[in-house]
Amino acid sequence: MLPTFAYIRAQSLDEAVRQLAADGARIHAGGTDLLGCLRDRVFHADKLVSITALPGLRGIATGRDGALRIGALTTVAEVAGNPTVRERYPGLAQAASEVASPQLRNQGTIGGNLCQRPRCWYFRGEFHCLRKGGTTCYALAGENQYHCILGGSRCYIVHPSDTAPTLLALGASVEVAGPKGRRTVSLDEFYVLPSADIQRETVLAQGEVVTHAVVPRPGTGIRSSYRKVRARGSWDFALAGVALALRFDAGRVVDGRVVLSGAAPVPWRSREAESVIVGSRLEPDVCRRAAVAAMASAVPLKRNGYKVPLFTGVIEEELGKLGRA
Amino acid sequence: MASRRPDHPATAQIRLDLNGEQTTVAFAPHKTLLEVLREDLGLTGTKHGCELGECGTCTVLLDGRPVLSCLVLGVACDGAEVRTVEGMADGPRLHPLQETFADLGAAQCGYCTPGFLLASKALLAANARPSRDEIKEALAGNLCRCTGYLKIYEAVELAAAKMRGDEAEPSEETLYGRP
Repeated sequence: MLPTFAYIRAQSLDEAVRQLAADGARIHAGGTDLLGCLRDRVFHADKLVSITALPGLRGIATGRDGALRIGALTTVAEVAGNPTVRERYPGLAQAASEVASPQLRNQGTIGGNLCQRPRCWYFRGEFHCLRKGGTTCYALAGENQYHCILGGSRCYIVHPSDTAPTLLALGASVEVAGPKGRRTVSLDEFYVLPSADIQRETVLAQGEVVTHAVVPRPGTGIRSSYRKVRARGSWDFALAGVALALRFDAGRVVDGRVVLSGAAPVPWRSREAESVIVGSRLEPDVCRRAAVAAMASAVPLKRNGYKVPLFTGVIEEELGKLGRA
Repeated sequence: MASRRPDHPATAQIRLDLNGEQTTVAFAPHKTLLEVLREDLGLTGTKHGCELGECGTCTVLLDGRPVLSCLVLGVACDGAEVRTVEGMADGPRLHPLQETFADLGAAQCGYCTPGFLLASKALLAANARPSRDEIKEALAGNLCRCTGYLKIYEAVELAAAKMRGDEAEPSEETLYGRP
């Protein structure tokens, strides 16, 4: 049973923002993460403000500048199946098609996928952990096989999204509406490490709503991909994943981004790997050196040391594959 | 029952096209579509499983698409078209998927079956000739702990063939095991 709450279906973005500015108000769209959190008492809501009736937040369009604008209410399934996404941003299509299960992709929205809460079983369970305002991270001394190897401090979650690392690799940003007006936030600056604030995963303030994800026009020579490794053949969250968006010229990487999923409390951009590959052809030794560089600062916990060789292998393979694509 | 705060209305009311019938139902606004179907509409064919989005047994078709009814708020379904397992048969005639699931032993304990039937129905509505991999992908969100899935895949393939009007019979091995 869900705890009781009031339910409001906002008729305009202004109304949604106004309603969401109140303490105890929570945003409702696809609901797949929210309802689980409410049911498990991860957090509480006095009032759910549904944004599902707002028509301007749905669908995918290409702007005059060639950028792709994805409404926050667009389902993950719609992103995965969109012809423009498949043709111009194959990494994003791949990532979206590997999110959760078919049912959850039909329900979950891209806005929700970017803003979902962590899946740490202590956070989701009956543990008053640091992220919920307690004094202990139970994962640190506990069952931490699925926790982070990079970027952890005091809290060791991994960010659960597959689309966020891909959008970050593609240089995307999000448009946000809030009580103080509208702003655009690069995904580079959207996610928050536990060292900066242990109780939030994004920079969103109370009342702020992600309305769109904006992906820049892919320049010539851009190739993108997403690779996700799971503990089982069917659907699951990533044990290790890598999103690539690289620009090639005459066989060499000119620039681009390497972003890891399942590695850190935020989608983790590996500048170490990027600095190895930029200017080079993706020959086997370059891919290997980049993969090793990506893991150079990894600090595994007691039970997740397997992630270091797993990431090394996955990054090496994916770079090689994209180099030959 | 805990007392309600005054700003929490006691009931929500929605209209549904439920298995082809216009239906109006009132319920507490924090109920999921699954709870509304089972408790307020008496349609207990849709099963209550993990409540986490992992098992798929609560799958229904919402505006034609498979969704997990345990993660949908009833109040968010106003005006929607909902199909449950109760709406699959045509009067006394079972849906071809129901027939082949029964004939091939694709249902054992049966708890996951309604979810598999509806996910399969959505697949066949979009793709009359799915490959084995496409069936696996479409059913990836549904867990079965009895059958090992093979008979379910074969039942979907056989139903697809029947619905296309192809001559198709289950293999001896599917029906009776390896000699």
